[in-house]
Amino acid sequence: MDVQRKLAILADAAKYDASCASSGTEKRDSRDGKGLGSTAPGMGICHSYAPDGRCISLLKVLLTNACNYDCLYCVNRASSNVPRARFTVDEVVQLTLDFYRRNYIEGLFLSSGIIRSADYTMEQVVEVARRLREEHHFRGYIHLKTIPEADDALIAKAGRYADRLSINIEVPEENSLAKLAPEKDVRAIRRTMGRLRLRLDEASEAKAEARKQPSRARPPRFAPAGQSTQMIVGADSATDQTILDTSANLYGSYNLKRVYYSAFSPIPDSSRALPLQAPPLVREHRLYQADWLMRFYGFGAQEIIDPSVGMLSLEMDPKLAWALRHRERFPLDVNRASREDLLRVPGFGRKAVDRIIDTRRHSAIRSADLAKLHIPRNKALPFIVLPDHRPPTSLLDGARLAERFRPKAQQLGFGF
Amino acid sequence: MHHIRLDSDTDFDGWRKAARGLVLADVVPADVTWTVAGDEPELFDGPGLAPGAGAFAEAQASFTDSASTQSASTQSTFSHSPSSQPASLSDDTPSPSPTQTFNVPARFVELAKTAILHRDPQRFAYLYQLLWRLRTNPELMQVATDPDVARLQAMAKAIRRDEHKMHAFVRFREIGREPKSRYVAWFEPEHHIVELAAPFFARRFADMEWSILTPDICAHWDGHAVAFTPGVAKSMAPSDDRLEETWRTYYASIFNPARLKTKAMQAEMPKKYWRNLPEAALIKPLIEEAERKTSAMVAAEATAPKKPQRQEQPMTKTTKHGAETLAHLREEAKDCRACDLWKPATQTVFGEGPQHATVMLVGEQPGDKEDLAGKPFVGPAGQMLDRALAEAGIDRAKTYVTNAVKHFKFVPRGKIRLHQKPNTPEIKACRQWYERELATIKPQLVVAMGATAAQSVLGKITPINKNRGHLLNQADGTQVLVTVHPSYLLRLPDEDAKALEYKRFVDDLKIVAAHLNKAHAA
Repeated sequence: MDVQRKLAILADAAKYDASCASSGTEKRDSRDGKGLGSTAPGMGICHSYAPDGRCISLLKVLLTNACNYDCLYCVNRASSNVPRARFTVDEVVQLTLDFYRRNYIEGLFLSSGIIRSADYTMEQVVEVARRLREEHHFRGYIHLKTIPEADDALIAKAGRYADRLSINIEVPEENSLAKLAPEKDVRAIRRTMGRLRLRLDEASEAKAEARKQPSRARPPRFAPAGQSTQMIVGADSATDQTILDTSANLYGSYNLKRVYYSAFSPIPDSSRALPLQAPPLVREHRLYQADWLMRFYGFGAQEIIDPSVGMLSLEMDPKLAWALRHRERFPLDVNRASREDLLRVPGFGRKAVDRIIDTRRHSAIRSADLAKLHIPRNKALPFIVLPDHRPPTSLLDGARLAERFRPKAQQLGFGF
Repeated sequence: MHHIRLDSDTDFDGWRKAARGLVLADVVPADVTWTVAGDEPELFDGPGLAPGAGAFAEAQASFTDSASTQSASTQSTFSHSPSSQPASLSDDTPSPSPTQTFNVPARFVELAKTAILHRDPQRFAYLYQLLWRLRTNPELMQVATDPDVARLQAMAKAIRRDEHKMHAFVRFREIGREPKSRYVAWFEPEHHIVELAAPFFARRFADMEWSILTPDICAHWDGHAVAFTPGVAKSMAPSDDRLEETWRTYYASIFNPARLKTKAMQAEMPKKYWRNLPEAALIKPLIEEAERKTSAMVAAEATAPKKPQRQEQPMTKTTKHGAETLAHLREEAKDCRACDLWKPATQTVFGEGPQHATVMLVGEQPGDKEDLAGKPFVGPAGQMLDRALAEAGIDRAKTYVTNAVKHFKFVPRGKIRLHQKPNTPEIKACRQWYERELATIKPQLVVAMGATAAQSVLGKITPINKNRGHLLNQADGTQVLVTVHPSYLLRLPDEDAKALEYKRFVDDLKIVAAHLNKAHAA
């Protein structure tokens, strides 16, 4: 089988992993002339976008899609009839370098089906990273999937070469994982996330120490872009509340950089035990919005979702839905309100809030300024007070406010 | 009217010098026109002379950035630098009045350096307009709603985006084969960003010889320095690369046809870039095929599964021999579901120590670090305990260390977990493990640290202070010493109180040490 055919199979097998970030790692470049590559400080770079709207930043492939496990939601499960392939370590290394030199990618995201044993699989994955770093002095981004049961020494090695490590929690509820992925063990996954977090903490403490005493040797490197995970949404019956609780728990426990939500997607040769239809993609989108509210807007996992429903509204964004349930907190005077309160106004993003706080010290915000702050007027106006605007009390108290934000009924037909 | 002619589209230094002179000579923005050398001036009035116009005298101008509103750290390099090359200025640049000074916020300089790269021919005038207003209102930069500020910020944003997109969408094509190959790309930036974006490629592809050709200006890297040459035609760039078919294979395979979101794609990868992206030719056919593929996938009956291709033996964990009973207990406790605390926690944190320890130390529950490591007393409280044990003359390795409750109880708060005190039902649910540890190890002495441990060990709520300092005899023959939990010492805010309480804690442990020595002697 030639490399191109293998690539087709092994990229196809990897595409259900949503993560493609190349951000948040240490700053590196190759100006010393010895190696290849650099990392973009701050944000990563998306080199292309597929028609599914997803960013293509990394060469995302599996080392092999042969797998001992039989996870029902997975296209690569042992009982699936998909064609199988396996890259050699050299092939992945060469492909990464070839793509990188042409500026197609930021680096490599390597995962693998479980073959022989957790340690054997992990060893192969780590070997690719080692060769890229040590033999080719590759300074680009490397994301490695961590096999939960892998040996501590292999994990340490993975962290030395990789920018980011990840282990997928797969589904939000433990009992559904037992049904869908009988060989997987949430407890082993969590223990390994805990192991990673301890090493990440250790590395950052050592780094802080080294900053204080620059004379000392550099501390061992460990995954400077941290760890992340992915949850499949819609393959089981978990509610959005359960999903957010799980996320809050994971963020707090393992200091994850990101939890990715991946709407369950129909796969070729799927199992009978799975829903045939995909959940609406907008559910995934709403979960990301809620995740952002938890991480950047000061919302707790328990307050975002209407407890009587347990699910996020598909019709409107979670902050708007929250504001409609908490009208007693509005309208808010934009020129006086605290940062925390401003962040809770529908349509107010973090940047807009920063600009408001800067601007209002010098000049009062008026309704004509909203556009310059990139704030959607219709969404924000019912909830705010400005020198030249006050929403009528009847609007905030009335039942018709929510109606305003519901999408208009659409004629049936194909989006064109 | 003053006509300023700048050297090039990206001549920030020239603009700065001219603007400095104009401001100091009190030239209102309406009286200035800006052009770039090579561009035909259009729409401008004939030349007019300002009073006092003459040779540009730069020596006296004091145009610094120590803006009153900026902290020292944000001061920029926009300062008067006599050594810099004088910009090519037309003869009607006014000479500044020698005594005047004015300050410019560093934020303006940053904004100007970026916005000047915009392709809008009015950019120089917009910048001068804002500079003019900043002279009397230095805080203007913070007013995001001001029309001049908002306009230039939007222009700067467009530049940063264009730069970012250039970093993303340049596609090198190889000429020759490694190691003697050269890499050449063709790119059409929206704004004048090639000089801005080029250093990125130098940092990244330092070991390659590369050129980025554009209609405006070309950047070249020879392994040592970036050089710029005038723009060229697209026909000068190579039209194919041996890897592009492979790249397209990747592009097509990583695409998930079951989730078409073309608007999201186009928002980030607008059509104007497509003509220079080798993969973009696939977009249309992939979209057309997607719907058909997905419905076929959903419609297809699930096929009979293949025999699982398990080749090797299932992965099993080896259990260590020796200390069998304690090991069994520990293994059993792993799956404990006696209360709900297991669910949010990482793992059961069982006790640790020799099977026949004479002393058993019991704490409240594992903390954050213990939960991650799966071992008791390895966090800050553990370190405090270690220190106190050493001071009391007790070897921790000879004791059995455990907790009354074996899972970490917490609430997540952002990136941390806040410890929660276990309640009585949880303490009771977990007591079976303590009882079985006790029965297996049969220590002579149990040290209960903190109220939770005291409650579990003594079977009832037991105030610490009334009961500490002496051994309590139990019905089963063991002796119990009650003392504080080491984390209590960590929480005391007052240093004196901390030192005093630490000493009392060590004193309590010394009772344990004395008892051990006596037992040993006997």
